[in-house]
Amino acid sequence: MVVPSLKLQDLIEEIRGAKTQAQEREVIQKECAHIRASFRDGDPVHRHRQLAKLLYVHMLGYPAHFGQMECLKLIASSRFTDKRVGYLGAMLLLDERHDAHLLITNSIKNDLSQGIQPVQGLALCTLSTMGSAEMCRDLAPEVEKLLLQPSPYVRKKAILTAVHMIRKVPELSSVFLPPCAQLLHERHHGILLGTITLITELCERSPAALRHFRKVVPQLVQILRTLVTTGYSTEHSISGVSDPFLQVQILRLLRILGRNHEDSSETMNDLLAQVATNTDTSRNAGNAVLFETVLTIMDIRSAAGLRVLAVNILGRFLLNSDRNIRYVALTSLLRLVQSDHSAVQRHRPTVVECLRETDASLSRRALELSLALVNSSNVRAMMQELQAFLESCPPDLRADCASGILLAAERFAPTKRWHIDTILHVLTTAGTHVRDDAVANLTQLIGGAQELHAYSVRRLYNALAENISQQPLVQVAAWCIGEYGDLLLAGNCEEIEPLQVDEEEVLALLEKVLQSHMSLPATRGYALTALMKLSTRLCGDNKAAILEKMPLVERDGPQADEEAKESKEAAQLSEAAPVPTEPQASQLLDLLDLLDGTSGDVQHPPPLDPSPGGALVHLLDLPCAPPSPAPIPDLKVFEREGVQLNLSFIRPPENPALLLITVTATNFSEGDVTHFICQAAVPKSLQLQLQAPSGNTVPARGGLPITQLFRILNPNKAPLRLKLRLTYNHFHQSVQEIFEVHLQVKGQ
Amino acid sequence: MQFMLLFSRQGKLRLQKWYVPLSDKEKKKITRELVQTVLARKPKMCSFLEWRDLKIVYKRYASLYFCCAIEDQDNELITLEIIHRYVELLDKYFGSVCELDIIFNFEKAYFILDEFLLGGEVQETSKKNVLKAIEQADLLQESPKKTLSPIF
Repeated sequence: MVVPSLKLQDLIEEIRGAKTQAQEREVIQKECAHIRASFRDGDPVHRHRQLAKLLYVHMLGYPAHFGQMECLKLIASSRFTDKRVGYLGAMLLLDERHDAHLLITNSIKNDLSQGIQPVQGLALCTLSTMGSAEMCRDLAPEVEKLLLQPSPYVRKKAILTAVHMIRKVPELSSVFLPPCAQLLHERHHGILLGTITLITELCERSPAALRHFRKVVPQLVQILRTLVTTGYSTEHSISGVSDPFLQVQILRLLRILGRNHEDSSETMNDLLAQVATNTDTSRNAGNAVLFETVLTIMDIRSAAGLRVLAVNILGRFLLNSDRNIRYVALTSLLRLVQSDHSAVQRHRPTVVECLRETDASLSRRALELSLALVNSSNVRAMMQELQAFLESCPPDLRADCASGILLAAERFAPTKRWHIDTILHVLTTAGTHVRDDAVANLTQLIGGAQELHAYSVRRLYNALAENISQQPLVQVAAWCIGEYGDLLLAGNCEEIEPLQVDEEEVLALLEKVLQSHMSLPATRGYALTALMKLSTRLCGDNKAAILEKMPLVERDGPQADEEAKESKEAAQLSEAAPVPTEPQASQLLDLLDLLDGTSGDVQHPPPLDPSPGGALVHLLDLPCAPPSPAPIPDLKVFEREGVQLNLSFIRPPENPALLLITVTATNFSEGDVTHFICQAAVPKSLQLQLQAPSGNTVPARGGLPITQLFRILNPNKAPLRLKLRLTYNHFHQSVQEIFEVHLQVKGQ
Repeated sequence: MQFMLLFSRQGKLRLQKWYVPLSDKEKKKITRELVQTVLARKPKMCSFLEWRDLKIVYKRYASLYFCCAIEDQDNELITLEIIHRYVELLDKYFGSVCELDIIFNFEKAYFILDEFLLGGEVQETSKKNVLKAIEQADLLQESPKKTLSPIF
């Protein structure tokens, strides 16, 4: 007894009736078994129905490879029903990876030439969807014949099939290029559209084709003009715009032809202006055409007035209530911000408004565009907006916003204080999202702004007192307090309200940081180092207090382990002298190799070379309390061919461990010194901080010298050894000199 | 256009048209990821998103999402018109189309799409012509003995 096979719709019904995934699987497996059997038996009558069912379950994700050969059989059948399903199956189940796909080539060839339009349509459709390179090569002649056949239905499909063939086999361009000229005279929209798509494809692939088709620019302009000026046509209009699909395609081809070509650009200039001004923008169809027009205007050699018009259209788009329109406007303006900066600047207020978008993909673009629009004249206003945005923006934009603000601040900061304030605000608002180098950058910035030390340390202290959770902020604050703790305690600074802070409070705060579970190991390192530095800057009797405050090792619980670790860290640090992260640490590290690591050897320092005078400069002994030490005379440490390096010394009375060295490079020769870099290293028992030099060039004949400030901290009164490395260009040669300077402390 | 996907709000695929050659496995992966991404979008968000190196244009009509992947130089706004035109064609053909029509007549949905787009490009901009072509093909299917006049 033959069981009639399920109809497609009945199977669908049954599958949808399944209550669980397992049930569905069961139904499908059962049916697939039937289908397989039916294929094996070779039933031609119901084959198309079986394949259709198989295609349905394939869409649900089930395997259907055993239907591939059935596609072939159905395609070869003379029944249209069979062909329809067979070709659909081929498009869904066969692709160029399967050897089977080549087997349909012959059927397609037959179907292309047998003259029944729907059948030719199926064949062309399938060929353009899954045709492999071999198939395309085989069938190109057939498709070529169909290009100029009488029926538009077949021709329009043949043209787009040609587009696919060229994509697969670029050499076929030579076959499909010649008919284009004639096809361009057609009036049928489908054929025109296909032809323009074909010409676009040809031009994109070959500069020769591009040159060849430049001559049709006037014709294209005419076609588009006719479209735009013709009245409403029921057949092709959408929302009062004549065939927007065709308009967009023409505009795109014009863009390619007009790019980098004055004459073509000029030919299309008027038309583009016409389309830009006359297109109805009440609905999406019109805006789509307008958008394409703007893209074309911006890409070709258009007149300046036209470019401004285009940017203004984008500016208007930004105000459109449709957020899709705002999206394309933001994307396009971002692409134009470099080339047409001033035109885009005019729309800055609107762009900034877009920061308030609720849709994250829009606010992201608004952010990128806003950052690109920051310049020295609008930086203060823009930063205000961006800071406000940073406070409320979605988390995935925080990092980009923070680094964008910091970068813009670095480029356009009007004053150092504003710069410091800005970075401080970013660290407070989004500290966890800033990049690692933000800490180093800020410490270097503050370090280099001597006049703002008091201000910075005060602001940072206040910020830290309020919140010790934002790690970069805590690190910078700790560093600052360590460096300038004396200024903090001194009490007065005219730039902000007077603040009375005493030592106890400062130390308590640093200790709080040290013990907080929120502090990272690096942060703890900064806090410890700060405490160490403060122990040398603050007067004697607090030393005992500081050491006391370190937690004692206890034997119970995880808290004790943490404390034990901390006290161990403290102990290690006090044995080896403190080594904080310096802003110019990388320079320092490179040179440490040169020092041969002998940090303790003072017996026989090698003589200084080539300086004439003494290698040793005797310094007065320095007590802890602050009587003023004898001044240290200047020292010439280097001379070569008229280039000299001098060191001058300052010992700040309130800080006996600190030595400020000003290095001065002078040039009395006849040739300029350029690319001058001075690097320095000290033994581990000392700390060295190099500030940025005043420049890299010393003009000849006593021109303006370069000065650079070195700060050396010597809390343990270790012997001062300074290794210097100079590199510069002089008399067209590059010079490198390495030498040591020894400054022995008297009374050791 | 590289591909078009239709899927329900539960993420069930209703149509998949691929204009680029990819393995079954790759297609499944792309479908799964993209469906997840689109379904996660909130209702007030814009219709465009960037995904891998493609631009995705999607729009929801009732319970169905229409989702197209286009290339960098393609116009997003006109793609929205393409999607809308396709929906209009389905609507005209089925008479007030709903998801069920597309489920139970998925082959017809493909046939209609294949009269509107070819190789990922628009082939016919007249609604009338597309519908006439489908009509002719349906007639041919039902009564193969009848001789057909050329479609146009």
